[in-house]
Amino acid sequence: MSLSAPKFVQPLSPHHTHRSIGSPMSFHASTPFLGSTHKLRFIAPIKLNPRSPSTVVSVSDVVKDKKRKSTTNLLITKEEGLVLYEDMILGRSFEDMCAQMYYRGKMFGFVHLYNGQEAVSTGFIKLLKKEDSVVSTYRDHVHALSKGVPARAVMSELFGKATGCSRGQGGSMHMFSKEHNLIGGFAFIAEGIPVATGAAFSSKYRREVLKEADCDHVTVAFFGDGTCNNGQFYECLNMAALWKLPIVFVVENNLWAIGMSHLRSTSDPEIWKKGPAFGMPGVHVDGMDVLKVREVAKEAVERARRGEGPTLVECETYRFRGHSLADPDELRDPAEKAHYAGRDPISALKKYMIENKLASEQQLKAIEKKIDEVVEEAVEFADASPHPPRSQLLENVFADPKGFGIGPDGKYRCEDPKFTEGTAHV
Amino acid sequence: MATLFQGLGVVTPLSSSNSFDSNKFLLPSRRSLSERKDGIFVVRSDARVSQVMKTGARKHELLIPNAVATKGGSSVASTSKSGHELLLFEALREGLEEEMERDPCVCVMGEDVGHYGGSYKVTKGLATKFGDLRVLDTPIAENSFTGMGIGAAMTGLRPVVEGMNMGFLLLAFNQISNNCGMLHYTSGGQFKIPIVIRGPGGVGRQLGAEHSQRLESYFQSIPGIQMVACSTPYNAKGLMKAAIRSENPVILFEHVLLYNLKEKIPDEEYVLSLEEAEMVRPGEHVTILTYSRMRYHVMQAAKTLVNKGYDPEIIDIRSLKPFDLYTIGNSVKKTHRVLIVEECMRTGGIGASLTAAITENFHDYLDAPIVCLSSQDVPTPYAGTLEEWTVVQPAQIVTAVEQLCQ
Repeated sequence: MSLSAPKFVQPLSPHHTHRSIGSPMSFHASTPFLGSTHKLRFIAPIKLNPRSPSTVVSVSDVVKDKKRKSTTNLLITKEEGLVLYEDMILGRSFEDMCAQMYYRGKMFGFVHLYNGQEAVSTGFIKLLKKEDSVVSTYRDHVHALSKGVPARAVMSELFGKATGCSRGQGGSMHMFSKEHNLIGGFAFIAEGIPVATGAAFSSKYRREVLKEADCDHVTVAFFGDGTCNNGQFYECLNMAALWKLPIVFVVENNLWAIGMSHLRSTSDPEIWKKGPAFGMPGVHVDGMDVLKVREVAKEAVERARRGEGPTLVECETYRFRGHSLADPDELRDPAEKAHYAGRDPISALKKYMIENKLASEQQLKAIEKKIDEVVEEAVEFADASPHPPRSQLLENVFADPKGFGIGPDGKYRCEDPKFTEGTAHV
Repeated sequence: MATLFQGLGVVTPLSSSNSFDSNKFLLPSRRSLSERKDGIFVVRSDARVSQVMKTGARKHELLIPNAVATKGGSSVASTSKSGHELLLFEALREGLEEEMERDPCVCVMGEDVGHYGGSYKVTKGLATKFGDLRVLDTPIAENSFTGMGIGAAMTGLRPVVEGMNMGFLLLAFNQISNNCGMLHYTSGGQFKIPIVIRGPGGVGRQLGAEHSQRLESYFQSIPGIQMVACSTPYNAKGLMKAAIRSENPVILFEHVLLYNLKEKIPDEEYVLSLEEAEMVRPGEHVTILTYSRMRYHVMQAAKTLVNKGYDPEIIDIRSLKPFDLYTIGNSVKKTHRVLIVEECMRTGGIGASLTAAITENFHDYLDAPIVCLSSQDVPTPYAGTLEEWTVVQPAQIVTAVEQLCQ
């Protein structure tokens, strides 16, 4: 297979006619840089040898077909549409509020916002059951919200209050919720992927060893384009495919890893192609379109649930803000940003719903208003919540606090009253 | 990552070898036995000596409700007429097997643990018995399969992750430090990680620098984990069981050269405490703190010392993190002199931390500065002679005690 000149055939779906196929993703076309000479032209399926166990699919054709059919055969129902819309609006409003609160000094450290990528989170997570697990990275606020963690718990966590979902001990990058099966929140990239693989392994173990026959929990792991050059990504693709673990690997390819363009760091920037190398389907989807993401997600999640193994889904998406609130975001071409701003997933869904008479302008406005109130209330709740007391310092270091050992007096150190006060020296 | 495990099957540290004065070691006379207050040396017909430990290792110990070691507990061999003899790796396997039978959520993952039976045979036969998913042969990806173990632990399983050699776990440092140690805290206590990470480490017989590493010094700073080191078949089985039952992540350090130690252990089930140290030999003159393989160098030096009229108190600290300050403290208060003998590097090793902890807590009771004998800060050489000189030898221990007790 020739790797140097990918054969690109058809353009993407007619929805995006204004994005010409000829233009490379890097808008600095005149400036040569050291990096991949590939131009990103994601297109039509490369049909592999039919005997090959894995297939490479570009979903645009599938969705294109569905859309071409009569308008009575829509991709979503009204109820589903409203759920999706509300979720994306929640994600967007919440992140905007985070930015405000950060600049007002209510939250600190590294805060990574998700604006622009809502379609991926909503598209995937709204298909999952409560028992399914989600593993994310440091850009995890919206994944938490989509999975069902209350906005007030997430906001409190960001403010560092004791009522946060991780009791204020995790912060922006460590959102966890046992109740909603949100298994993090990881600060180093790629370190969450093995954990996700482990959660999927648990699911398979339950089904096959513990004989819980109806256990079909799926794990969805979200991570970015930068992560796809890290060893843990490849190691886990191998293990997941090898043991047919019920996991979906979702790459949120927003083309930039802080200031490093995906093209400058990756020899072959088409990440979806790396799936078949490990024996799993690799799918590329337009991550700015929640309906397309949802169609792919359905297929991938069902595949995992049936026990057929993992899928690698690459979502081409974009973050409207910088990498974090500390990032001046000077390297990205304004033309690129404008291009993607024009493909805002929320506007796209709104347009779709109104055009297909699934909802009226007023209904959608009502949702926006409702979400505004939810987010305001979350801020009020977080403001009013207490800071963690000193006594919380030494809790949760160990699940079994005997792990602090035996003190000179012969008693376990955790029995020392200074421990419950948090003033003991460990 | 080739491992030189084949040759080690026949090597035992207590039989004739370069670093021991084997003649002296193999024949304890009846006279010297009666001089010892406690503990029993059992000389076997095949001239291998094994020690049966007293106190510290309480027999029939289930989960202990209180922390204090019960002194005067009977020794293992004398009260249990039954009991069975086995090698240390078999003891580990027995512990692991019993726990796997007891709780179906306990599973093993690592390289060559399944069909191969483990490079040191600790998991031999388990895959046939429990299946390929419960005893999982992983690809060579330490970082990822350790992370996978952590993810599995967070979602309800109790994995035992094996590093084929502890040194390989350097590749898993990201997962061990960030996820294993920290996730319980950063999740606000929502997820617990009852994982056991185990494997052989330490200086072997000319295995080369990279296969002779002592990772306890690197891991000791990680908050949220416990570290234990086993040294006898009795405590190996007990600590393995305790580690698996613990809700905390535990790193169990085994030693490449100790796998073929033979000892008689009880038939009844027993679980040891992860946080307690083991009193190997009570004494009056000096406290010698040690763990893992150095215990045997210390015991050998002790025979010389006893002949010279000294009475060393020897404690196998077992729990590398956290330290059992009670047992150690009581000993310091009695003898007022401390010698630490370890295989870790001089810089930043367990001995360094232990020195600091003792100075901080028991400074008033010390009559002399703490002496810490560690391995040299040298990558372990391949040549046998050089290797011998990087590790603490019994003669050095004798000299140190003599100097300390002046």
